[in-house]
Amino acid sequence: MSAVVLGTSGRTAWTAVCHVADLVPERGAAALVGGEQVAVVRLVDGTVLAVQNLDPFSGAHVLSRGIVGSRGDAPTLASPMYKQVFDLRTGECLDPVGREPVAGGATLRTWPVRVEGGLVLVGTPLAAARADA
Amino acid sequence: MDEPTDALDGVTQPKHHGTSGETSAAYRRDGQQPDAAEQLPGSQGGPVDQHLVVVGGGMVAHRLVEALRDRDADGAWRVTVLAEEPRAPYDRVALTSYFSGRNAEDLSLGQPELWEDPRVRLVRDTTVTAIDRAARTVTARRNDTDHVTSYGYDALVLATGSSAAVPPVEGTDLPGVFVYRTVDDVAALRGWVEERAARWKRPVRGAVVGGGLLGLEAAGALQALGAQSTVIQFGPRLMPLQVDEGGGEALRRLINATGVAVRLNTSTTALRPGRDGAVRRMDFANGGRLDVDVVVLATGVRPRDELARAAGLPVGQRGGVVVDEACRTEDPAVWAVGEVACIDGSCIGLVAPGYAMAEVVVDRLLGGAAVFPGADTATKLKLAGVDVASFGDAFAATPGALELVHADPVAGIYTKIVLSDDASTLLGGVLVGDASAYASLRPMLGRRLEGDPGAYILPEGAGSAGRPQTALPDDAAVCSCNNVTAGTVRAAVTEHGCTDLGAVKACTRAGTSCGSCLPLVKKLVTTELEKSGVTVSTALCEHFDLSRAQLFDAVRVSGLRTFSEILARHGRQDLPAAARGCDICKPVVGSILGSLGAGHVLDGENATLQDTNDHVMANLQKDGSYSVVPRMPGGEVTPEGLIVVGEVARDFGLYTKITGGQRIDMFGARLEQLPAIWRRLVDAGFESGHAYGKSLRTVKSCVGSTWCRFGVQDSVALAVELELRYRGLRSPHKIKLGVSGCARECAEARAKDVGVIATDKGWNVYVGGNGGFTPRHAQLLAEDLDTETLVRTIDRFLMYYVRTADRLQRTAPWIEDVEGGLDGVRAVVMDDSLGIAADLDAAMAAHVENYTDEWRATLDDPEKLARFASFVNAPTTPDPSLAYVPERGQVRPATAAERAQHSAARADGPGGVSEPRAGAVLVAGTTLEVRR
Repeated sequence: MSAVVLGTSGRTAWTAVCHVADLVPERGAAALVGGEQVAVVRLVDGTVLAVQNLDPFSGAHVLSRGIVGSRGDAPTLASPMYKQVFDLRTGECLDPVGREPVAGGATLRTWPVRVEGGLVLVGTPLAAARADA
Repeated sequence: MDEPTDALDGVTQPKHHGTSGETSAAYRRDGQQPDAAEQLPGSQGGPVDQHLVVVGGGMVAHRLVEALRDRDADGAWRVTVLAEEPRAPYDRVALTSYFSGRNAEDLSLGQPELWEDPRVRLVRDTTVTAIDRAARTVTARRNDTDHVTSYGYDALVLATGSSAAVPPVEGTDLPGVFVYRTVDDVAALRGWVEERAARWKRPVRGAVVGGGLLGLEAAGALQALGAQSTVIQFGPRLMPLQVDEGGGEALRRLINATGVAVRLNTSTTALRPGRDGAVRRMDFANGGRLDVDVVVLATGVRPRDELARAAGLPVGQRGGVVVDEACRTEDPAVWAVGEVACIDGSCIGLVAPGYAMAEVVVDRLLGGAAVFPGADTATKLKLAGVDVASFGDAFAATPGALELVHADPVAGIYTKIVLSDDASTLLGGVLVGDASAYASLRPMLGRRLEGDPGAYILPEGAGSAGRPQTALPDDAAVCSCNNVTAGTVRAAVTEHGCTDLGAVKACTRAGTSCGSCLPLVKKLVTTELEKSGVTVSTALCEHFDLSRAQLFDAVRVSGLRTFSEILARHGRQDLPAAARGCDICKPVVGSILGSLGAGHVLDGENATLQDTNDHVMANLQKDGSYSVVPRMPGGEVTPEGLIVVGEVARDFGLYTKITGGQRIDMFGARLEQLPAIWRRLVDAGFESGHAYGKSLRTVKSCVGSTWCRFGVQDSVALAVELELRYRGLRSPHKIKLGVSGCARECAEARAKDVGVIATDKGWNVYVGGNGGFTPRHAQLLAEDLDTETLVRTIDRFLMYYVRTADRLQRTAPWIEDVEGGLDGVRAVVMDDSLGIAADLDAAMAAHVENYTDEWRATLDDPEKLARFASFVNAPTTPDPSLAYVPERGQVRPATAAERAQHSAARADGPGGVSEPRAGAVLVAGTTLEVRR
């Protein structure tokens, strides 16, 4: 499915990336949103969350291929490269595994996500969406 | 969820309003109170309510207040900290990390509650302008309101630190020229670089004057901001205070390799402005020039001793407030700590000695007699990709000192230790390129080194003995940032009941500043826990209390086949409702289900248990592409097979290399290419090589008796049989086998988990060998077996290992853990001492019978193929970040420097495409024509 800017709400542009059924629960998928790589994750309860696909600790775009799990109450994503664990809700790095990030900060960028009519919509601030369009 | 997100990189500073008026009023009252002038500050039994004023709000001031509040149980002292910066003390050492995206708040030190303590007042944004030693008052002015307040003191501590030294060069006041000292400096630099980059739409050209510790950190910081970075060093080497000539050369190569240019022996004569008035060019004494958009001055620091000078206190020859070994100035009521203190004739610009001084002053204020123990000038550069450490007498200045050097220019490693004239006592060292020995060497400073000293400077794993295991004396400093000894760490375990690294860190503060000592602290903690009989928890993770072996048995008995059921039944009972396993327990359950023959690795919920290697059945490489390894049993391959592999590699533009396991690895395959690659391989009769799995990898063999003049058995035939028998067997860690056709052992079978060596009468079987981090030779399990007995023995050995080993435990340490060691293993697999042999045999028979090729099964299943989409909304679009460089006729991933160079060249060129600047041609992805 091609990326379509569906509409705007407030100052956010929403891009449909796939049907929710395209996402295997607890298995991330990469999506291109306004030229950026986003890792989209569907949890078992149906919540869909989105963080950057760029792994700050390796510089490779691989986070969508990591293991989804939990630490305490926090849903997490573990980098498949060097196994850092990130909170999917905030992007916070919960365990840097003794490493320093090589590409940007240790905290992941997050994107707001809505599920409407079976479609997964990823939100970007409007200014950014215009610049990329 | 539909709120617009905040911009991520907008750093917000908390503003502190409203308390300043009250604060100064409160202390003006204090100032008017009569001082207990006849009481010497610091003597015990003085007035209960004495007032300490600290001038300066840096890291050392913070430590001083923290230590005082920790130790002043009777509340003898109230503290006022007068800080010039508008924020609480922060971690200046970690300033560079501010560039890699951390917020200013992340730099905060210790517990914020310290500043809410009623006996502590922090007055920010306030400059002390004068000290009246006779009246025992200081005058301070609010930076924002110019409001002037006087504070009375019983004791005064000067912790004013240093300011960045600006070299006497024309143009240092131009816009675009920065120093590198405070959060504000760093924020201004960041803002400038980002603004310039946005304006010119090209990478900003940066230069750093000064190639010391700070200069290199600044260069790394510029690079982290996306700027190009050149270090201009006056002297002949980088970090001249810490490393010697050999180390300097190795360091220069390492710095170059990170993409930072270095100009040595270069004296900057002027900074020239461009038309916009901002810095544009650097002129050098040798006639050279450099175009720049930003310059960072990192040529040194100057102690901020102006207050002390004005107050008539003695200062050192090169500045700094002169103090004695108690950190006290000539005036018994005035102390100086940190970078501003001139102790033994010099100022020390490192935080650890500053902390030590703070502790000394606190002890003295509370009536103690502590003295400054001397500076630990050990340093470790905190720069990604560059490992540098220096400690003790790094330049071998001690008479008769011996230097032991290991230099490997190819690997970029230079390591040196300095020993006393009898080669016994460690005096110092320089480690460049591989500072892994730093944590264990530094605490041994001034002590006898046991064993071969050379072992410390050789790369880890080199030589047969490996690094000597040192038992640290209790008084050896482990964490010099926080001055924690080995004894303190041990006591945290034995006396304070800490049971893991986190608790020990919280209890002792070891490893909480720079973290370089953590591996050592962890080792001490583990050793101590084991010694004191505390069972080191075998729980898998926060979701399972069971060890892998226990979980294996539990799952085997319960017969559960999905992760959700297994977590609900065998997981911890107190888990939150949202608990869903983690990257530790999920692959373990996946492996257990795999070993139990629970179906394809990508079936149903099991697909979510696997890390990416098992999930896409390929090996993840550093740039996010994968490598592909078809199975070549026993290392045997037909010419037709080789041609197919060659054609596939050529058609998909893959880099090929022969592996240590006698097969061919093809690198650089993109996620979405894997099915097409495997279609070709499967059609040609290849199957998965399981190079990605914790499973059987290969059975290596020599050519054996069919061709070899010396071979006594057909090693290839046996290797092929074994590899086909155990292929796909999921295990706690990878398993490698080897078969040699005679005692010459050309297959190196004794380096394998199971090694088989032919004899005149049959086969000898060895177990528990491995290469890797801790190489082991396999030990003899049984002799002169016929083939049938041999296979049965290996069946049982492997299945016993699969069932009872811990997660990621290879066969050698597993054998040590089995009760009775190798004899215990022999009793189980040869003599059936546990009565489980029939069970093990049946399990292996089931494995052999149920084996299917995972890749063939995947290609036949459209649903599984959907998982190889590169993007869910653009399934065949390659990852745009992949970039390759030709090398020796093949491709390899572009380095960070090559990528930066390429994007710079593109930005400069017309229409966004041009030749990269120097040599390397970048290929975007593997763009060769793909035949389908």
